[in-house]
Amino acid sequence: MTLTQPELVPFEQALTRYEPVMGLEVHVELNTATKMFCGCPTTFGGEPNTHVCPVCLGLPGSLPVVNGKAVESAIRIGLALNCEIAEWCRFARKNYFYPDMPKNFQTSQYDEPIAFDGWTEVEVDGETYRIEIERAHMEEDTGKSTHVGGATGRIHGAEHSLLDYNRAGIPLIEIVTKPIFVPGGKAPAVARAYVQQLRDLMLALDVSDVRMDQGSLRADVNLSLRPHGVTTLGTRSETKNVNSFRSVERAVRYEVSRHAGILDSGQRVVQETRHFHEDTGTTSPGREKSDAEDYRYFPEPDLAPVAPSREWVEELRATLPEPPAERRRRLQAEWGFSDLEMRDTVGAGALDLVASTIASGASPQAARKWWLSELARRANEQGVELSALAITPAQVARIQALVDEGKINDKLARQVFDGVLAGEGEPDEVVEKRGLAVVSDEGALSEAVDRAIAANPDVAEKIRGGKVQAAGALIGAVMKEMRGQADAGRVRELIVEKLS
Amino acid sequence: MSVEITRDDVAHLAGLARIQLDDDELDRLGQELPKIIESVATVSQALEGAGEVEPMSHPTPLRNVFREDVVHECLTPEAALAGAPASEEQRFMVPKILGEE
Repeated sequence: MTLTQPELVPFEQALTRYEPVMGLEVHVELNTATKMFCGCPTTFGGEPNTHVCPVCLGLPGSLPVVNGKAVESAIRIGLALNCEIAEWCRFARKNYFYPDMPKNFQTSQYDEPIAFDGWTEVEVDGETYRIEIERAHMEEDTGKSTHVGGATGRIHGAEHSLLDYNRAGIPLIEIVTKPIFVPGGKAPAVARAYVQQLRDLMLALDVSDVRMDQGSLRADVNLSLRPHGVTTLGTRSETKNVNSFRSVERAVRYEVSRHAGILDSGQRVVQETRHFHEDTGTTSPGREKSDAEDYRYFPEPDLAPVAPSREWVEELRATLPEPPAERRRRLQAEWGFSDLEMRDTVGAGALDLVASTIASGASPQAARKWWLSELARRANEQGVELSALAITPAQVARIQALVDEGKINDKLARQVFDGVLAGEGEPDEVVEKRGLAVVSDEGALSEAVDRAIAANPDVAEKIRGGKVQAAGALIGAVMKEMRGQADAGRVRELIVEKLS
Repeated sequence: MSVEITRDDVAHLAGLARIQLDDDELDRLGQELPKIIESVATVSQALEGAGEVEPMSHPTPLRNVFREDVVHECLTPEAALAGAPASEEQRFMVPKILGEE
């Protein structure tokens, strides 16, 4: 029986009747050199089935051994999220029939995660929200399936599937929140801020490359609605593999609208996994979660339990970076940003980019200006995160240095950004190749100003008569002649000198 | 100790194990499984009078057996695929996956 899909309810309208409750599961691929249980490399993009061995292929007689570095990373992640670290825990087999794992099970942790009961705080629009962490556990990634014969490359209609196990066995940490209760209107932004903060934290810990585009950080968004005043939780949907910060936000909004439509029409929400579609911002049903999803977990007999000594845990605690909230407060004070400037910087996901740009020599205001205006606009046009733009903080700092040295002006700097983003090389090379340097030859400038005065006698007359604000028209004419490559301030000075 | 296994339980277990059972087999296993469970449960009698005993998943006292994060040699794709019933484009080929979408 298929029911017709009820109408979506606009997000704001849905919030008048329902309270959204979220749960976020984030998978982080660790940046260890080798896999979780064998010495195969974890490098991205190898030829199919070249990073495999008897252990990660699950061949008979092979025995896994835990990667100590991965355990260390897991503990550091747990500590950074204010978790308790288990004194003793085991791995477990999650049994299922699906060819993405050649063993017919995934080695994971079940009721004994290495880290549990933590919290972290995220900031949205100047408000702080505390996110409770249920657990962070160790597991392994799955292989990559390609479905052949279907029109869309999806499973539906496929004739057969092809498996590449290079990714099977790469260490993953799954971080699971407790239900998140925040004012409904803030839910999408809080979800995004949380995932963004996890990304920043993983980078600061240096435990993952956290490339969402390569799948090294993936978010699953669980969402349910309940009528205002109701204390029990509604039925949730689980939207899998949401692969950008923006998509996290959109997935929450869409699911709120969809659930509200179902509930308004008197139907029941089906507990199921759903796929998010980047192009449309919508979700579509995947597997229906039924009692058939019974993984029959049991302790992995081939792996010894992990019992981190308290000494080791304390040693690792001493290696933790500054907590994100403290770091934000410190940087804001150091940079002299207003609350609003800081909020915009954090909201745009530009904190680390701005920090690196400043570390490369730019002033805080210049670093903020370029990332939040010029570069934010381009990222938006391309539909990518700021960090995905093909420009480094060092290059941004260099472009600003060229402005400070008077070699280019802000207008030319925009063309240098174009060039660097188009892969034309370093900022200095772009200036050179495109011939962008500001004309500082006084003689040439002076001649151009004379020509502009001669061509605009009425404007010149006004300026002579004291209307200095009319100089704009002459500056425009000079800049046009110099193809934007003149220092506008100097041009103004020359005009005023000549006409007074 | 008696255990009741319904016909639905058997069908569910068969589904998890991807085993196809006909009606007769469902009925027969519904009778047999409780006996098997009861037989296995006799192990727990050994605990009587033994006091507090932790369930044991690992027969040795080994803890924290870790490997250095050092890359080892991998199989060649040819070797990796040698035992596969079918392969294509250097990948393992499996029948189409059902049960989604």
